[in-house]
Amino acid sequence: MDALKKLFGGNTRQFGMIFALVALIILFQILTGGLTLTPDNVINLFNGNSYILILAIGMVLVIIAGHIDLSVGSIAAAVGIIVAITMRDWHLPTWVGIIFGLAIGAAIGVWQGFWVAYVGIPAFIVTLAGMLIFRGVNQFIGQSNTVPVPQDFQYIGAGYLPEIGPDTGYNNLTLLIGVLGAAFVVYSELRSRREAKQLGAEVPELWVTVTKVVLICAAILYATYLFATGRPGTSFPIPGIILGVLVLIYGFVSAKTIIGRHIYAVGGNRHAAELSGVQSKRVNFLVMMNMAILSALAGMVFVGRSTASGPFDGTGWELDAIAAVFIGGAAVTGGVGTVIGSIVGGLVMAVLNNGLQLLGIGADRTAIIKGLVLLAAVAFDVYNKSQGRRSIIGLLMRNGSNRAVPAQPDETTKTSEVLAKEA
Amino acid sequence: MANEPVILQMRSITKEFPGVKALSDVSLSVKAGEIHAICGENGAGKSTLMKVLSGVYPHGTYSGEIVYQGEVQEFKDIRASEHAGIVIIHQELALIPELSIMENIFLGNEPAKRGVIDWKEARRRSIDLMARVGLTEDPDTPIKEIGVGKQQLVEIAKALNKSVKLLILDEPTAALNESDSQHLLDLILGLKGRGITSIIISHKLNEIEQVADSITIIRDGKSIETLDVKADGVDEDRIIKGMVGRTLESRFPDHTPHIGEVLFEVKDWTVQHPTVPDRLVCKGSNFFVRKGEIVGFAGLMGAGRTELARSIFGHSYGKFISGQTFMHGKEVKMHTVAQAIDAGLGYVTEDRKSLGLNLLDDIKTTTVSAGLKKITKGLVVDVNREYQVAEEYRKSLRTKTPSVDEGVAKLSGGNQQKVVLAKWMFTDPELLILDEPTRGIDVGAKYEIYGIIQRLANQGKGVIVISSELPELLGLSDRIYTIFEGAITGVLDKEEATQESLMKLMTQSRKRVA
Repeated sequence: MDALKKLFGGNTRQFGMIFALVALIILFQILTGGLTLTPDNVINLFNGNSYILILAIGMVLVIIAGHIDLSVGSIAAAVGIIVAITMRDWHLPTWVGIIFGLAIGAAIGVWQGFWVAYVGIPAFIVTLAGMLIFRGVNQFIGQSNTVPVPQDFQYIGAGYLPEIGPDTGYNNLTLLIGVLGAAFVVYSELRSRREAKQLGAEVPELWVTVTKVVLICAAILYATYLFATGRPGTSFPIPGIILGVLVLIYGFVSAKTIIGRHIYAVGGNRHAAELSGVQSKRVNFLVMMNMAILSALAGMVFVGRSTASGPFDGTGWELDAIAAVFIGGAAVTGGVGTVIGSIVGGLVMAVLNNGLQLLGIGADRTAIIKGLVLLAAVAFDVYNKSQGRRSIIGLLMRNGSNRAVPAQPDETTKTSEVLAKEA
Repeated sequence: MANEPVILQMRSITKEFPGVKALSDVSLSVKAGEIHAICGENGAGKSTLMKVLSGVYPHGTYSGEIVYQGEVQEFKDIRASEHAGIVIIHQELALIPELSIMENIFLGNEPAKRGVIDWKEARRRSIDLMARVGLTEDPDTPIKEIGVGKQQLVEIAKALNKSVKLLILDEPTAALNESDSQHLLDLILGLKGRGITSIIISHKLNEIEQVADSITIIRDGKSIETLDVKADGVDEDRIIKGMVGRTLESRFPDHTPHIGEVLFEVKDWTVQHPTVPDRLVCKGSNFFVRKGEIVGFAGLMGAGRTELARSIFGHSYGKFISGQTFMHGKEVKMHTVAQAIDAGLGYVTEDRKSLGLNLLDDIKTTTVSAGLKKITKGLVVDVNREYQVAEEYRKSLRTKTPSVDEGVAKLSGGNQQKVVLAKWMFTDPELLILDEPTRGIDVGAKYEIYGIIQRLANQGKGVIVISSELPELLGLSDRIYTIFEGAITGVLDKEEATQESLMKLMTQSRKRVA
């Protein structure tokens, strides 16, 4: 137990959701007789949930800033149909289509961001209106028909990394990405150790770092193995690449840039943030606009995967994305949450969905179980906070720093001593 | 004296939280019909003791016993203690702003017949209760429309309705101005006349000296001594000695000002109320601050001191009408807070929790939050630099915390204020505006804060201190402006300023300062 504590930064509860995810995967692996961790299923799981995870990235920022966005599914659908129709009628190349789609997303974001940030209408209302408006836009423009997209375009939703280089029996690019990922983990862990040493903060014992790195790398390499050994023609899926890039970018932005800090500040205490020079209106505007752009992207990825845009695309996505964010440790009141946490939260839901499906459990019972899991996860977090502990993974990796807290309290001066010194 | 009946005895109360012994063998004995003050620094355990007494921490979570009216009591919640006639009024008032005075008085205790509220009866009783505390408002007035002073009175009316025998007041005058405070203290004395015992927790030692019959001093979770005010001839210095464990020669650090040329000047500053047109909160104010000078702003609550400061600080309050600001003789425009910070201003708000801090944040992120640009390379906030900066300020300001990774919500008021000061010192302002810098801070920490303020002035910065406590302004400032109803009514040098002369200027509009 002591060893575990050291391994996970003194508070095993903080990693509760990651443990839950791993436990869930192992559980389904056993229950389904090994069907869960097959290459095909893992690829399928990723492809089938990538758009929700993309939405969760934007949604966690919205929720950290203290808002909510109910319109993401409708925006995704509206952008999907507009892109599908313009590509069919104007014969746009794929890349123009994608940029066009993102631009529409940005325009919608400007619209919603304006009402939320500058007029001051609660995001719940603005995006509830948006949910109706953009669903209507989708069905009006598409005449409630399904419109197919060209083969090229389907690549972003259903494509795989190409086969290049010598025939190794594996997908070479996938292997490369896996190895690079593992190397990056090793490098950043070593770097943070070195920096902690320079700062004079306490450095975790060597075996702790080594075990941690070995565990993470093993997970990455195992996933790489699964992705690289799928059916011929499959490998690491393109939506996975898009998602990975987005996680890196947004994880970085939220933790290490000024705008990221400002989002947390506005969500934590808007007035205090304003009096520290934060332009909260601009922050709210950007957060809402960013969400709409990611909705557009998610919509296009989905259209690419399902080969066509339809009138009921994206229904209920907002709820899946919001659930992922809250399971991932965000607070309803804002100011708390992480991109990584939300991805983990989204994966918990995805694995649950997938596992129950493999077990042949119907959609009815799956919905009941998912609802209970959401409630249980948040209840557990609330209970933890009420006990004065930190939120499970709400604070996990928030600043990306693994700096250990100095073990013994520093010299705490008593007021009387200070007085004695100064007098 | 010993034959006066004792209404309450708390014997050897010990209360532990995980890792902390908040109270250790504390005893308290309160005589019937007296006003008993509890003094101690922040974190000494005063509030914890009162929470034990009122059942917030139920019987069984602490050791020791409570004897009240001759019987051992085992309160399992607040309702149980209220039933016994013990009512606690917390520092943060528990009133609902949207509801009326009457509805608040009877909240949770509505006069009802079979679940239906008898509003006639409620009105009759609330008029009676309000008269007893000196409120003349319409009982239907919403709470949000009356001032904090009157809200405090509503709390007491609410307590009277519960037929209170022992009234506990936690920092009742912390948010009140002098006249409201005096009214409240008179009321407490009046209640004493009617046989209601009060326990009062306060940092304002002059008030305690004025009303209390006896004083129990708590230090570091232990009861140190109980003083009889009249018999022992207790004065403020005596109380402070008990609180900090030694005599305090001076409540202000020694300081020789080095005042330079004019640093910052405001001319004809006029600002309108944000929602009420035609109401001016600043009326053509003119003032200046010199380098190395500590300038005080005195005024009653609502006089417009905070409004003046915040409107200057990037127009963050009210609607700007006219006026100019000059830094080093050159005009600067500050339409946003970011511009004000760039121009070299810093503003420490009077309301630390709701305006000054993000309570979800930790110490290090708070410390750099107003000066993020200084530790950002390209797009990246340098978290190592952040840690170093926070550490430097933790050491130089002597913030009591195990680590700068600690959340600010866990710190005491004095230490939170040090973090806020660190945040503004890190922006390296030329002019720092401090709005009630020692509100809710205990005596020892106040002394430290004063030292920090003087150090800033010694570095050649201009400092504006807004305070409701006149002794603080007199002890700290080199020059004091007075404000009355949005207008500056006078300015006094350190030598000519006294409580009386300031009060005169604060309460009546005399000739405007040129």
